[in-house]
Amino acid sequence: MTTSHIATSAGQDGYSPVRIIIALAVLAVLLVAPFGVYPVFLMKVMCFALFACAFNLLLGYVGLLSFGHAMFFGGASYICAHAVKVMGFSPELGILAGTAFAAVLGLVAGLLAIRRLGIYFAMVTLALAQMFFFFCLQAPFTGGEDGLQAVPRRPLFGVIDITSDLNLYYVVLAIFIIGFAIIYRTVHSPFGQVLKAIRENEARAVSLGYRVHQYKLMAFVLSAALVGLAGSTKAIVFQLASLTDVAWQMSGEVVLMTLVGGMGTIIGPVVGAAVIVTMQNYLASLGEWVLVIQGVIFVLAVSLFRRGIVGEIVAFIQKRKDAAAN
Amino acid sequence: MDTVSDVPYIVEATGLTKEFKGFAAVKNVDLRIRRHTIHALIGPNGAGKTTCFNLITKFLEPTRGTIRLNGRDITRTKPADIARLGMVRSFQISATFGHMSVLENVRVALQRPLGTSFHFWKSESSLSALNDRAMQLIADVDLTQYANHMAVELPYGRKRALEIATTLALEPEMLLLDEPTSGMGREDIARTSDLIKRVSENRTVLMVEHNLSVVANLSDRITVLARGEILTEGPYAEVSKNPQVIEAYMGTGHGHG
Ligand SMILES: Nc1ncnc2c1ncn2[C@@H]1O[C@H](COP(=O)(O)OP(=O)(O)O)[C@@H](O)[C@H]1O
Ligand SMILES: [Mg+2]
Repeated sequence: MTTSHIATSAGQDGYSPVRIIIALAVLAVLLVAPFGVYPVFLMKVMCFALFACAFNLLLGYVGLLSFGHAMFFGGASYICAHAVKVMGFSPELGILAGTAFAAVLGLVAGLLAIRRLGIYFAMVTLALAQMFFFFCLQAPFTGGEDGLQAVPRRPLFGVIDITSDLNLYYVVLAIFIIGFAIIYRTVHSPFGQVLKAIRENEARAVSLGYRVHQYKLMAFVLSAALVGLAGSTKAIVFQLASLTDVAWQMSGEVVLMTLVGGMGTIIGPVVGAAVIVTMQNYLASLGEWVLVIQGVIFVLAVSLFRRGIVGEIVAFIQKRKDAAAN
Repeated sequence: MDTVSDVPYIVEATGLTKEFKGFAAVKNVDLRIRRHTIHALIGPNGAGKTTCFNLITKFLEPTRGTIRLNGRDITRTKPADIARLGMVRSFQISATFGHMSVLENVRVALQRPLGTSFHFWKSESSLSALNDRAMQLIADVDLTQYANHMAVELPYGRKRALEIATTLALEPEMLLLDEPTSGMGREDIARTSDLIKRVSENRTVLMVEHNLSVVANLSDRITVLARGEILTEGPYAEVSKNPQVIEAYMGTGHGHG
């Protein structure tokens, strides 16, 4: 066996024909989807899917459980809404501003939290997010309990009309694909290899000369920025930024989505987000019961299929492959 | 301070002490490792051998004492930077990257000098330039047939071999091996022992080892540690006759050797 042969079969980065066909099929479905399903619903799913994927970059690929990611999602959403509504930014610049804000907030929060391990890391991120929540509650520019409403949908780049949900759908789809591609590439990059090494055995990574805090911080900032991209986009879709998106429940929801879908798998969080958002939509009439049902699903998910929906499917296929090989 | 690399001792630890909440795991240890030798650190369980490793590689901060590497004071250096200065350690419990392939395990050790380890926008395939070197290191430890296996799937002895290959990937001047043959069968022990001999040719090795025949075969010099203190130091023939050493080993009912 030659080394180059080994290399292609060892790397999970292979662009095999099957994968390309699947990817094209998914893309085709996404392109026609808004003709069968409410575009706003689909856009909501994509915003949360990107949120969960970016969160999973940290949880699934570095092993860091943040319990404060709502501050990046909601914070970016406020900045984008404010920039567009009050300062008259175009939507693309508003989204960019929100994303940049989330990146900077991620850097600050990351510097404070990154040296903590395990539950302490989760606690520090939660505490920072709570401080940010109270800031948003008090600060005049967020509109307090009302939030920022009626954010205008100005033409994208000054030319593309996004007042119709159908048009906006394709813009959001493009944003989602870009965000997803960045995450996919990050996972399958030289940087991603170091992140995996840190996740698998941090002390060993240190002993090989990696200054692991720097890598974790970088991953944290990337994650925050991409979550910001999702939050900003959501503000344009719903023409609204509110306290809901910075509240701790939002940080919990993204954990739920990621675990239900399968952490550490690239599309698990997308599936998880779709499941949870669908549930919330269809069960909305049940009021408070949604929370109870969500709780039950969470308990079932972690006790029955620990790897999440996608994780279990992958494990099942792997098992069949192994059985076939023996 | 001079940093000449031709001082006879590559590592010089002086008055090394580590206290855990008042309990001294390592007490006033002076350890000098001569360049291009294999130096063994032995002693009963709990003697403080692993703690010494952690101190020398800066995974633990010493309570007192100084450590020099090639004449340079590294007492306050960060552990990741110790590796960059050419001193790399292994761990007592095998430390591989479980859910990465054997090839990826070695490659992640090779990739840092490329300077692309923060490049999240670059494709992983940019690392395949390192595959040949990685496969060579893997062949050196007889793991070629496992190159595509996940490290977690390897039998224990093979995991230890992978760890050595990963360590060697950094071409360290100085290796610290913590019980490299523990948990291995006779065959694996012989293979690992040969490997250590081979890699020590232009390197310095400090190893903790319980298997006294391995120690006798390989080491130029032995330091015996008991209850955190140095009992004696010397060549195997001398140390093994020392009544205190015999007592330290027998006294704890230690079944090794
Ligand atoms: N992190 C720690 N905290 C408290 N005590 C420790 C720690 N690490 C080691 N010790 C204690 O120090 C002593 C020496 O341990 P160690 O260096 O692992 O021994 P050896 O490797 O020689 O078997 C033991 O009594 C152990 O319990
Ligand atoms: Mg030990």
